[in-house]
Amino acid sequence: MHKYICDICDWVYDPAQGLPDQGIEPGTPFEDLPDDFECPECGAGKEAFSKVE
Amino acid sequence: MNATLRNDIDWIGYLDWTVRDFHSFTTRRGATYNAYLVRDEKTALIDTVKAPYADRLLENLAALVEPARVDYVICNHAEPDHAGALPRVMEALPNATLVCDQKCRGTLSQYYDTSNWKTRLVGTGDVLPLGRRTLQFVETPMVHWPESMFTYVPEEKLLFSMDAFGQHLATSERFDDQVPLCNVMREAKAYYANIVMPFGKAVAAVLKKTAELPIAMIAPAHGVIWRSHVAEILKAYENWSACRPKPKVLVIYDTMWESTAAMAGEILEGASLPGVEAKLIHVRRSNLTEIATEVIDAAAVAFGSATLNRGMMPTAAAVLSYLKGLRPVGKAGLAFGSYGWGPGGPEAVDEALRAMRWEIIHEPITAQYRPTPEVLRQCAAAGRTLAERAQQMSAGRAAAEKVCIDP
Repeated sequence: MHKYICDICDWVYDPAQGLPDQGIEPGTPFEDLPDDFECPECGAGKEAFSKVE
Repeated sequence: MNATLRNDIDWIGYLDWTVRDFHSFTTRRGATYNAYLVRDEKTALIDTVKAPYADRLLENLAALVEPARVDYVICNHAEPDHAGALPRVMEALPNATLVCDQKCRGTLSQYYDTSNWKTRLVGTGDVLPLGRRTLQFVETPMVHWPESMFTYVPEEKLLFSMDAFGQHLATSERFDDQVPLCNVMREAKAYYANIVMPFGKAVAAVLKKTAELPIAMIAPAHGVIWRSHVAEILKAYENWSACRPKPKVLVIYDTMWESTAAMAGEILEGASLPGVEAKLIHVRRSNLTEIATEVIDAAAVAFGSATLNRGMMPTAAAVLSYLKGLRPVGKAGLAFGSYGWGPGGPEAVDEALRAMRWEIIHEPITAQYRPTPEVLRQCAAAGRTLAERAQQMSAGRAAAEKVCIDP
């Protein structure tokens, strides 16, 4: 499972951690986040994220 | 002074003719804060102006409608150049309900005392019927703040796009076909490069959403209204949002005793291949706004600084700090410069270029005191490499735009 970085604000989604505050369980891959997922830091949508290689 | 967009849809904003520094944006042609009034069975004010001009806005409004008859105030963007007049406006329009998205209400309540404002929250897909016309809302997160949104009038194919497609441009004319297109496009490009560039991916997502809407007119919150060149500005935004490079090489530098200037000159010479636009920019004879506007569509940038006290010159550092925040992506880069008693300037530039994840074509080119003929030859060769890389990266895109945007 890859981490994803927000290209607007550099916030990183770590699938191992998930986002329990938003009901996203640890272990949830980025691809499985809902379509209306927004960066918790700046509010950008999923399309603003890039895979961290 | 008002202007009519459509029957009973009027511009009632403020022309800021003399502003030359808009939070460090060099506004060489002034600025405008656009507010619009839609009169129908219900009346809606769309956006406001900077706080000091609230009364001017209200005078413009009162010339068209009794203030007590305004039903809605739409806030597309909470930034104070558009929402700053809200406290005064909400007080002067006793029957008005503020219409905004949820995040916008949050932001406004942090800026102002909103406790007495009647508010109606809307989101993407919500509609507000005014009578013959309807307002439809599209949230546009991070174009240009989290709470931003567009307001669309389907019956008129009219998009109120807040900061998107805006230009800092004061003019007595209100439409894109009444002023030289070169000037409008150049200011739209400067606005994009200096305000919107960090949010390119969010812009691309918003352009997808607006592609579904038939658009005959775009009324932004700054500058002239697009009605004759809608396709051109949409196409330009597509290019800018991807930072799509032209075969263009910039040589940006600052110098203390002309050594770095001599190196810059050789790089420029080497980069001046047929079909490549090569430009020389002296940091202290330009400004941040001009530089960012040039960088957005450049494929390659050579950036030079002399060494001052083991680091780069503070003027060069300011440019790189500014560019880092704007996040121009996908450029080829090269650092160069001179040093005296101790090295450090070009190396610091190199680090800054790498931090922007640019493709670095060569280790920094440095010269102690004076560049030797050998160093100058290296500079010319690196310039040529940058130009060749720029040609590859832009893959046949012409240096000159069909629509002039570099007057």
